[in-house]
Amino acid sequence: MSFSAFFYDKRLRSVLFQALLVLSIAFGFFWLIENTVSNLSEQGKSVGFSFLSQTAGFQISSTLGTWLMQYEVGRSTYLDVYFIGIINTFVVAVLGILAAAFLGFSIGIMRLSNNLVIRGFATLYVEMLRNIPLLLQLFFWYFAVLRSLPSRREQTELFSSVAGINITGLYLPAPIAQSGFMIVILVFIMAIIGAVMLSKWATKRQYKTGRTFPAFWAGLGLILGTPLVAFLALGSPLDWSFPEFKDTGPLLRRGFQSGTGMVIVPELIAVWLALSLYTAAFIAEIVRAGILAVAKGQTEASYSLGLRPGITLRLIVIPQALRVIIPPLTSQFLNLTKNSSLAVAIAYPELVSIFAGTALNQVGKEIEMIAMMMTVYLTFSLLTAAFMNWFNARVKLVER
Amino acid sequence: MADHKHSANQNSGHAFVRTENAPLLPPPATEAGITGWLWQNIFASMADFSSAGASLRSACVAALTVFLLYFGFAQIYTLLDFGVFSAVWSDPDQLKREACWTVDQGGGLPSGWHAACWPFIYAKHKFIMYGAYPSEELWRVNLSVLLGIVGLAYVLIERLPRRREVGAMMLTLYPLLCFILLTGGNLAIPFGSIGMWLIIGLAVISLGRLAKRGFLGPTLSEFHALIGLTGWAFVIYNAVRGLGAVDFGLEPIDTRDWGGLLITLVVAVTGIVVSLPLGIILALGRRSEMPAARLICTVFIEFWRGVPLITVLFMASVMLPLFLPEGVNFDNLLRALIGVMLFSAAYMAEVIRGGLQAIDKGQYEGAQAMGLSYWQTMRLIILPQALTHVIPGIVNTFIGLFKDTTLVSIVGIFDLLGAGQSAIADAAWSTPVQATTMYLYIAIIFFVFCFCMSRYSIYMENKLSKSRQH
Amino acid sequence: MSNNLVIGIGALVVGGVVGYFAGAGNEKIVEVEKVVEVEKQQTATLDSVKSKGFVQCGVSQGLPGFSNSDDTGKWTGIDVDVCRAVAAAVFGDSSKVKFTPLSAKQRFTALASGEIDVLSRNTTWTMTRDTQLGLNFAGVNYYDGQGMMVPKSLGAKSAMELDGANICTNTGTTTELNITDFFRSNGMKFNLVAFEKADEVVAAYDAGRCDVYTTDRSGLAAQRTKLTNPDDHMVLPEIISKEPLGPVVRQGDDQWFNIVRWSLRAMINAEEMGITSANAKSKVNDNNPAIKRLLGSEGNFGAELGLSNDWALNILSQVGNYGESYETHVGPNTPLKLDRGVNELWSKGGILYAAPIR
Repeated sequence: MSFSAFFYDKRLRSVLFQALLVLSIAFGFFWLIENTVSNLSEQGKSVGFSFLSQTAGFQISSTLGTWLMQYEVGRSTYLDVYFIGIINTFVVAVLGILAAAFLGFSIGIMRLSNNLVIRGFATLYVEMLRNIPLLLQLFFWYFAVLRSLPSRREQTELFSSVAGINITGLYLPAPIAQSGFMIVILVFIMAIIGAVMLSKWATKRQYKTGRTFPAFWAGLGLILGTPLVAFLALGSPLDWSFPEFKDTGPLLRRGFQSGTGMVIVPELIAVWLALSLYTAAFIAEIVRAGILAVAKGQTEASYSLGLRPGITLRLIVIPQALRVIIPPLTSQFLNLTKNSSLAVAIAYPELVSIFAGTALNQVGKEIEMIAMMMTVYLTFSLLTAAFMNWFNARVKLVER
Repeated sequence: MADHKHSANQNSGHAFVRTENAPLLPPPATEAGITGWLWQNIFASMADFSSAGASLRSACVAALTVFLLYFGFAQIYTLLDFGVFSAVWSDPDQLKREACWTVDQGGGLPSGWHAACWPFIYAKHKFIMYGAYPSEELWRVNLSVLLGIVGLAYVLIERLPRRREVGAMMLTLYPLLCFILLTGGNLAIPFGSIGMWLIIGLAVISLGRLAKRGFLGPTLSEFHALIGLTGWAFVIYNAVRGLGAVDFGLEPIDTRDWGGLLITLVVAVTGIVVSLPLGIILALGRRSEMPAARLICTVFIEFWRGVPLITVLFMASVMLPLFLPEGVNFDNLLRALIGVMLFSAAYMAEVIRGGLQAIDKGQYEGAQAMGLSYWQTMRLIILPQALTHVIPGIVNTFIGLFKDTTLVSIVGIFDLLGAGQSAIADAAWSTPVQATTMYLYIAIIFFVFCFCMSRYSIYMENKLSKSRQH
Repeated sequence: MSNNLVIGIGALVVGGVVGYFAGAGNEKIVEVEKVVEVEKQQTATLDSVKSKGFVQCGVSQGLPGFSNSDDTGKWTGIDVDVCRAVAAAVFGDSSKVKFTPLSAKQRFTALASGEIDVLSRNTTWTMTRDTQLGLNFAGVNYYDGQGMMVPKSLGAKSAMELDGANICTNTGTTTELNITDFFRSNGMKFNLVAFEKADEVVAAYDAGRCDVYTTDRSGLAAQRTKLTNPDDHMVLPEIISKEPLGPVVRQGDDQWFNIVRWSLRAMINAEEMGITSANAKSKVNDNNPAIKRLLGSEGNFGAELGLSNDWALNILSQVGNYGESYETHVGPNTPLKLDRGVNELWSKGGILYAAPIR
């Protein structure tokens, strides 16, 4: 075999090329790691995760994370700080996704309205919000929120002293679970499973016999009703701690008393507002494109079959539009989650802010801590990608 | 006329049959004119009272319309009032912050006044546009931007000849030119080594020519293209180095003195210029049939897409110095640029992959049937189509990147937002409206840029979808 | 489009892009090659500084009075003056210095990696930094301490009354630890809101988000000028930590360490001897031998540092003595209005005490 024949063997060439590629990448990594090791030893630093068990000596503003992890200075470790960061990121992501999806769908449908005012408003909204950097909007909302709230010694009461709001946050009653509350939660979970099974059974029966069953309402009743019954039967095993507001006594002691009720800090409100309003603009465009992608003939055919507009929308248009909408929608949800890292700019204690910020400044383990932080975001996005693949596979089966 | 009617009646024999066209009535009020327009665009949606449900819906729409009308105008009025009607426009006496003080603070404006303080922006304008770039050298920045605008306009206007070539220049010579103009060039590269490498490169090219003619035996003649390409790469790389090393007599300006919109543009443009070729390679790699290449490209793309840009920037600014050998270090801007480039390349790769996937399979098969090699297929058949296809996607990625450049302010680079914030910190202008004015101004700048680009993207989208229809 | 043209343009794109960035990094790499070469010998930093022709100095991203840049990119402040003094000592020209603004997170990496030659960024001298981070503090140019600022309307006279307060601060290194320790040790509760950058802290505090703003007292004075009504706020008397701030260099280069250390000491000694930027030149032939030694007209002190003998004269005539620097940037006649306090000379009741030049 001549050399040229060897060279032109496609398979061999591809193996050769790949071997070269892998080697060069491996070499690159080796080079980076070697540099890092020598740099670290030069600076007298060691690599390792033992810092995670050290206790953290700084206060974190009270949020769901600190509450769930029972954060206490001098007792909680840096690992707790890490989890608090993850929980707080998760909180703002979930809240943001819910609000952005709702608002985005509304605005997207409004953009298709035949009412000029509604359509114009939606267009204005989308164009304004989409074309201004999120960070700028975040600052805007934070200071707008701060400026519009009453000061610390005053409050705006909501629902007559059950809840209140001022510049230090939104104060709500906090649930305190008594013994037996776990049973209610268990019943709740079982009710959800039951509702899912019920709806499957109803679909099956409809295919077989053609008779419909109000699975939605029955399921809703099951999910809400059974836990309620269990709750009452167990003698209401849940207490509420109401926020306590004092406007007498020494000036510094006035305001909402710490340790009572539950507080939602204004930083969270601002991040939530900015993220959901910004992402909603993108979702609106996705929804609009998705609905426009459904051929007009589908609606017309449905009308000619005698289906009413509401049912047409629910059974014909939305399922088809969703197929187009869901993939870009999930990536917007993912963007929102990643964008929640901007909260570092306004002191909301999420992952980047407290773990890669405050804690990193204390411990100085750049490599380990940034890697840990990136792992969290990567896990979020890999899970989303997995969901996307599953969804695409499912949608493909439906397609004929 | 009466006669005529009479005779017509006689012809048909029936009095009720029309013998002439009925007069043209004006269209119903709901279909034409201003009323018709208003009806169709506003009132039709809230005038259906045929059933209880429809009435409820109409009432809701009416309420929403009124609310949005009020809300929208209230917001627009607030904005205009803040930015235009109540704003302070000039500061003739050089009072600085006192020009925007209310009576309570010791100034001359009425109590409760809250509107833009534009003299503050005039005073800081140079800083938020160019940062600390020396005033007498600003022409260099302006020239770079002007050249960029002219070149871009040339590429965007259809019907002009040689747009492709100009576009190629914009991606190659233009960044180089900007680099020299903005930094001053005159890098400390010895000309001797450049000359040597140039000669070696030329020699390699000649070698390739010889190999092509078959003077060097059959084995080497197989490689003539590779040899030639290597030679050209040497020559071009060293020509670029040489250009960078020439002393044009420009005063060197450190990137630490850059700032404001200049940095924003540099970061965004560099990001896009680099991410385009890198993204093409990654996208091709991800669709390649070689498992190792596919895996590496997929991991690369998914990694950078999976993490927020801010963590990438943290990594670039804090960890990069640890990754590099002792003593090697880049300046802060270059480090952020590296982070932005890797990040945007991953996004660009996905956009381009979308374009590649949209290409009909017949195109690949046709190219193979013609006997084209992989690279020839890609270069001549697939990429031109795929890239044209995803122009809107590329523009949208660029818009995203442009907005994301604001994040570099968090790692201490004075981009538009960073420069704005640093200007806000100036106590000489300290007023309650100082920050809001600055943020409003920055928001307007970003809006203008992004809005224009998104219009272009929509225009291209429409044009492409039209051209795809026939 | 012809095949050749495509190849040509493709090659141009690749070459251009590679060259663009290779070019961008090249300047540094070439410098760095030199650095690496000389680092093998002992006298690394001074030689590399001399060969590149300027001192690269790490400063803050903007702290009025300490290191702050104006619209034209001109840096001023007492930290900046230390850098200028080093440049004057090395080159005889205080303008041969370039500044790198650094965040708290970046500063030590920047110094360790050789990106900067000296770090003069209100950095606190602590034991960990000496022992674990491979740093050498060349002295103290400002004795600071963490303090607290509150609105006067709060009516608090002491930090002990702040139980239950909301506290704003920026993520520093020890700021959050100190405040947490203070409240814990006094059995008080508080809520901490920690921002990434100082500007946002000021804005949030100004908007009433917090009752207390805590950071170094010098920082409080500087940030206070940015408040809407600075006079409505007061700094509480408690100082909850010791923060000796000073310039930092890498360990393992004693010559450079000495240059930075003695540049600072020269400024302090000069104030003690009454040498100012105005009279430095005329004092060269003063009768006082201590002054003569400082200004280089007697002895060989500059040469022993590896500099010229008029090193201190250059510092004093171009930058001035410590007192001048203090008065110009942070003193009572500046917006910061910081009294000398403990930063007064030892002979006047302060704790500034520079070893003599002999």
